[in-house]
Amino acid sequence: MSIATAPSVTTRSSQRIDTQRTTRKKRGRSIGVAVLTTALLVVVAFPLVWLFLGSLKTQQEFLDNPAFALPENFFNFENYTRALTEGNLATYARNSVIAVVPSLFLTIFLGVCAGFALEVMVWKGRGTVLLMFLAGIMVPGQLILLPLFTIYFRAGLTGSLWPLIITYTAVGLPLTTFMMATFFRSVPRELLEAATLDGASTLRAFFSIALPLVRNAVFTIALVQFFFMWNDLLVALTFTNSDALRTIQVGLLGFQGQFGQVEYGPTMAAISLNVAGTLLIYLFLNKRMMAGLTAGSVKG
Amino acid sequence: MTQVLGDRRTILLLLAPALTIYTLVILVPVLWSFGYTLFEGNTITGFEYVGLQNFQHLFSDADTREALSFTVRFAVVLTIVQVALGYALALLYVFVLKRASNLVRTLAFFPVVLPTVAVSLLFQQLFESAPRTGPVNSLLNLFGIQSVDWFGSSTTAFWVLILMESWRSMGFYAVLLYAGLIDIPEEMLEAARLDGATGFRLVRSVVIPLCLPVLLSSVIFSINGTLKIFDSVLALTNGGPGSSTTPLTLYMFQTSFAYGKYGYGSSIAVLLTALCLVVTLFIFRSARRDLTRG
Repeated sequence: MSIATAPSVTTRSSQRIDTQRTTRKKRGRSIGVAVLTTALLVVVAFPLVWLFLGSLKTQQEFLDNPAFALPENFFNFENYTRALTEGNLATYARNSVIAVVPSLFLTIFLGVCAGFALEVMVWKGRGTVLLMFLAGIMVPGQLILLPLFTIYFRAGLTGSLWPLIITYTAVGLPLTTFMMATFFRSVPRELLEAATLDGASTLRAFFSIALPLVRNAVFTIALVQFFFMWNDLLVALTFTNSDALRTIQVGLLGFQGQFGQVEYGPTMAAISLNVAGTLLIYLFLNKRMMAGLTAGSVKG
Repeated sequence: MTQVLGDRRTILLLLAPALTIYTLVILVPVLWSFGYTLFEGNTITGFEYVGLQNFQHLFSDADTREALSFTVRFAVVLTIVQVALGYALALLYVFVLKRASNLVRTLAFFPVVLPTVAVSLLFQQLFESAPRTGPVNSLLNLFGIQSVDWFGSSTTAFWVLILMESWRSMGFYAVLLYAGLIDIPEEMLEAARLDGATGFRLVRSVVIPLCLPVLLSSVIFSINGTLKIFDSVLALTNGGPGSSTTPLTLYMFQTSFAYGKYGYGSSIAVLLTALCLVVTLFIFRSARRDLTRG
């Protein structure tokens, strides 16, 4: 780089040697970069490729063939049907959807409203309330589990998916409120003032002006919260007391026991299905997920 | 205008539902948990007032000490490894791959979004030694090294956990730190290059000091997350062999639900919360002191 820009005082021959040296150095460097990048991608991708290939193997292949062998039949999807039916994976996935969808909707709706009230509206003590919400992000799940278990038990809610819905909604609130408050900060106040001058109430200004402006942010947070709820193990493990109520993560945890002896194929297929769902979302929304998750990194 | 935006009825309407749920499901249980530390028993058998006995037990219990030691060791090692790996990746993105880094960044981030349980079960199979030889042991055999029973000793189980968590999170820290790195003004780097700083020297003397704030917040996020590690340990080793890879979170869970000791379980949860707070404050303060000195 510096050679190319420096004023040339060298003779032609030495210049040529210099250029040759730089191209060789550059080529060496780009090979190094290629090797490094390939190694990185192999490290990231290999476990997943191996997982998918494994989900196509039969139990016999698992026991007889070496770990690196390719499946003998690439269209052997028996493991998948067994995982879904015998392994109850379909039931678990349904439970997850039933628990996550309403919680996600509630936590986003309530969090957006609270974020607006805390950031845009003017009143005494809003800073304190915002801090109170922020403190909730730091609380480890273990600190609220036991009282919640007592409450749900006394209220007779154990034996349904309500404990999960209530807990997910509440646990999602602090981060949603806090992130929404940050996003509402960038909404120009003049727009809301103009709406008020035109005769809109604050509520109307919120729904018709502010909300459409932060639409993208709401979607990003929803994605992040979906990720936290779908992947949750602690809450689901605590509040699901029967096999019929298990979510997909809890179900997967107890999966190997379903078949008596360890059956590799269905287990690999179940993991693959769990991974595939996330992969599908990530394929289309990766930019948003990366932005959202790094923005929400305050949640440990 | 302020009058309209200060309308009490609207504020109440927007804030009250969220605040009520948050208070009832998070704040009240937190205080309730503190109350539990003075009792022993559980929901089914009833509670008995024991005063500060739980806390006395907390400081004399060998299992708690072991869990605390594992939690701290694990958090320190994993924080160092994952932030360092993430930083190395971020440097690769910014200074080597430059504009071509987009695809690599997206791919390396993918493990972050995977369900922890799925990743743990996958790593269990990758590191399996019996009855079937997993890929990692097969690779070792290829080089003439005997299969290792990875989950049979606490040291190897510890490192498999570290390895898995690093695999899962390095892409995340890379993206987090990448944002800090691209904020460094190009002129500053150019000036340093003109002064003769290249490679490692450039990174050490110019790049790291300039993105210290981002680095610091990464360390805080990382240590806060790793102190609370639960899912991956439960699914990968279930705290074993013995109880040698049991963090406080898992120990609390077992104490409360397997042994029905809510009071002692709550005391462990309080200890964990205090640990997170102390560590975060400590990092903040030491960083501020360094900045004033430098």
